[in-house]
Amino acid sequence: MSIWEYANPKKFMQTSAWALPWVTGLAVVTLVAGLIWGFFFTPDDFRMGSTVKIIYIHVPAAIMATGTWFMMLAASLVWLIRRHHVSVLAAKAAAPIGTTMTLIGLFTGAIWGQPMWGTWWAWDPRLTAFLILFLFYLGYIALWEAIEDPDTAADLTSVLCLVGSVFAVISRYAVLFWNQGLHQGSSLSLDQEEHVADVYAWPLWVSIIGFGLLFVSLVLIRTRTEIRKRRLRALEARERMA
Amino acid sequence: MTALLLRDLTLALRAGGGFGLSLAFFLIVTILVPFGVGPEGGTLGRIAPGILWVGALLACLLSLDRIFALDHEDGTLDLLATAPIPLETVTATKALAHWLTTGLPLTLAAPVLGVLLNLPVPGFFWLTLSLALGTPALSMIGAFGAALTVGLKRGGLLLSLLVLPLYIPTLIFGADCVRRGVEGLPTATPFLMLVGITLGSIAILPFAAAAAIRVNLR
Repeated sequence: MSIWEYANPKKFMQTSAWALPWVTGLAVVTLVAGLIWGFFFTPDDFRMGSTVKIIYIHVPAAIMATGTWFMMLAASLVWLIRRHHVSVLAAKAAAPIGTTMTLIGLFTGAIWGQPMWGTWWAWDPRLTAFLILFLFYLGYIALWEAIEDPDTAADLTSVLCLVGSVFAVISRYAVLFWNQGLHQGSSLSLDQEEHVADVYAWPLWVSIIGFGLLFVSLVLIRTRTEIRKRRLRALEARERMA
Repeated sequence: MTALLLRDLTLALRAGGGFGLSLAFFLIVTILVPFGVGPEGGTLGRIAPGILWVGALLACLLSLDRIFALDHEDGTLDLLATAPIPLETVTATKALAHWLTTGLPLTLAAPVLGVLLNLPVPGFFWLTLSLALGTPALSMIGAFGAALTVGLKRGGLLLSLLVLPLYIPTLIFGADCVRRGVEGLPTATPFLMLVGITLGSIAILPFAAAAAIRVNLR
């Protein structure tokens, strides 16, 4: 029993069909619990008022936005090294989710930034890095769509993902060097000085887990769709041959 | 390799378009900016490093799809792929030829245009140096992007979209190097980062570009 068994599309379909309702159910439960807890059962911040509650969407979305890229990087590497189709299809399936998470992060950040900083947008390192990440996602998706042959597309997007990762990291440090911005430090760092108060942190952790489960569930659904698309394509090809 | 380099240079010089186009574009951008911003010397001098770097970057972007597209159309690329020299050398040479026909002229033209933009005197040295050492990275990254999109019919827009985020670190460090030079601040950090990006690109991207071309020729 090894993880590579799931590289077999049939095995993947079986297992994911079994796991999907559970993951989705858990995602819904944790998301609803985390968001309701966060929105209605935490006190208003004494400086930020109720806008502090944007944190329960903003932070999980931002974490998933970068996390998705790492997942795509791992999946692309698996494809380039071991040529497992399920892996690259999962990377393809994850890209639009990552794009959406990036957009959610940027938009909730703008909504939060307007009353707090007095501006919708600032060329702050974190904001800029997210904008660049958004461009990377767009390029990746566009390259997938532009190429007809699925294996060529898989190879080229994987190479792009690898090179893009290197440049994404360089950009992250370049913008840090370029401008010291308005964005606060990390809300969940172990350093007690920057950490948000526990009363906010607990529901935040619950919603992060909820977003993570939601991501897994969406990736499973989309990967299943991609596998079915491949099967359909194979069936059509067989019919044309006959 | 030398033959390939000479061939590319000759093609670029005699066929027209590629060689003059990016230089003319750079000239147009730099001349138009003062009309848009206003003629005050102080403002122009302050934004000059950024304008010159952005102009050079866009001019570079303009000629990227020529790196492999024409060779792919007439079949030269297939011959090059089966030639006795490794494909990695071919991509590196192509990038070098692209730099010699765009990056180098841009670097030489930039100080002249700097005068038009009222660039303060200490900036000239850093502008020339940062462009001379930064534009090779632009050519190499562009060659990688061109290799990714070489099989596509109309890859121009896609090429720009792919290359745009990859260009950002080079632009940040390059323009910042000049800005610090103008203000008399220490320039070592952005300068070393810029050179680092260039060397890293030259070390890694020929392999990535060659891999992309192999996939595209399959």
